[in-house]
Amino acid sequence: MSLLFKGRSHGAETVRVGGLQRIFMFFTDHLRQAVNSLGELWRAPFASLMTIGVLGFSITLPSTLYVIVKNTEQISEQWQQASEISLFLEQGVSEADAQQLLKRLRLWPEIAEVAYISADDSLKEFKLLSGFGDALNYLPSNPLPAVVLVVPTSKHASPRAAQILLDKLRKQREVDVGKLDIEWLEKLYALIGVAKDLVTLLAVLLFFAVVLIIGNTIRLNILNKKDEIVVMKLVGATDSFIQRPFLYTGFWYGLLGGLMAWVTVLFVLLWVDFSMDAFMAEYQVSFNLTSMDMSTLFFMLLVSIGLGLAGSLLSVQRHVKDIEPR
Amino acid sequence: MIKFEQVSKTYPGGQQALRKVDFHVEQGEMAFLTGHSGAGKSTLLKLISIMERPTVGRVMINGHDLSAITRKQIAYIRRDIGMIFQSHQLLMDKSVYDNVSLPLVIEGHTRKNISRRVDAALEMVGLRDKARSLPITLSGGEQQRVGIARAVVNRPPLLLADEPTGNLDPKLSMEIIRLFEDFNQAGVSVFIATHDLGLIARMKYRTLTLKNGQMITDGLDDAQDQGLFR
Repeated sequence: MSLLFKGRSHGAETVRVGGLQRIFMFFTDHLRQAVNSLGELWRAPFASLMTIGVLGFSITLPSTLYVIVKNTEQISEQWQQASEISLFLEQGVSEADAQQLLKRLRLWPEIAEVAYISADDSLKEFKLLSGFGDALNYLPSNPLPAVVLVVPTSKHASPRAAQILLDKLRKQREVDVGKLDIEWLEKLYALIGVAKDLVTLLAVLLFFAVVLIIGNTIRLNILNKKDEIVVMKLVGATDSFIQRPFLYTGFWYGLLGGLMAWVTVLFVLLWVDFSMDAFMAEYQVSFNLTSMDMSTLFFMLLVSIGLGLAGSLLSVQRHVKDIEPR
Repeated sequence: MIKFEQVSKTYPGGQQALRKVDFHVEQGEMAFLTGHSGAGKSTLLKLISIMERPTVGRVMINGHDLSAITRKQIAYIRRDIGMIFQSHQLLMDKSVYDNVSLPLVIEGHTRKNISRRVDAALEMVGLRDKARSLPITLSGGEQQRVGIARAVVNRPPLLLADEPTGNLDPKLSMEIIRLFEDFNQAGVSVFIATHDLGLIARMKYRTLTLKNGQMITDGLDDAQDQGLFR
């Protein structure tokens, strides 16, 4: 209804439209404005790409770090689960004594698996891997001890339980040295914790920067369209009607930036995976970098769109209001 | 329809644009506002369209005091007032059709309804065949008529025109005024600010004259008789 003229109806009310059609029209209106905003980005591809690039790369960095941290976490979890204990046997222990020890250990309820590597096997493996090869033949006797590898059951794989098990194993007559590297695992955990905090901090800082950059881009858009906004205000457009296309522009920046970040993250991970493979081959460990799953990708897009919208909202609320016909 | 009660407007900096202006334009009336440039014509029109607020006094449209209108409501007020500008205020990168349909798009009409009304408005101003052209390709008179079509497309009860014939030759000016007469006969109140006295002299309409911010005559085309502009 008109504010000034009783009986003069306004807008869509003049034509009788049903509720369903009005909802439909609301969506088609929004769709049209969204497509228009996308079209405007398309018409200035270079400028749009620069803004999308800023957003994309800003999201790529924390995303990549996030994936790497997550992978490190997973690897260390595997190590923790395996929690292997190495028992180095006394030099004088015979093959038969060692087998006797193995038999005893297999009966322990804490132990899931035992494997025996004889001193000769150790030497062979060492020759193969170390590259010293024939040089080792000049040694008068085999310096390597026989090794028993003990894998605790999952119940006894936690650092504390494994430590108790290790103490028990050390008391065995045949065992010279028992080793469970728990300390470095704990250090690794602390390190990962720090890395996680850093990634979060970095992400927050970058996100702030992105919001400001998008805000500034939209501000320039608004100033470029000053004349058009004045005309629209003169013929009775509300602020929210004028703001909408700019908000959609922010939305598109966010969506496209997010998609771009996804692609770059995949490339970066592929590259990291490739160099990791070469590195891991040295240690004869096969390692598969887990990439992003669907929910992470979705979350990334959501964050990106959120940033785009936040940036445009920031500037739209300030600047559209300021432009008034004079 | 438009009523000013003791309205004064002082701009920041102390420039007094209007002093105690009193007048009343009735519903369905067609009236001219005239005076030298700088006499306060534009300020007076801006007070009606709430581009400015009065320092003192009351401006009323259809009995509603505009001082009660909040910032958010201004947009809805402007939908009731068809405004025509000397500088046309058209969107130069949009087609004539898009320009004229703008008020309807803002109000959220259906596509069908928009196309029907825009066609009718363009028909009235004789530009039906130019719907797809860009305003930049049109002559000054044609651009002004696009502006008029846009002002009347949502059938407002009040038309305001600020120097609508400013850059046009007498023949074109007369055509524009005839258009306003047509709308007036359809019941629309029309208020036209112009310094084109020759144009006013040829017609017998009520003429309000401003001089240094004061209303000095309010009557039937007697400005010239008093020798004010010689």
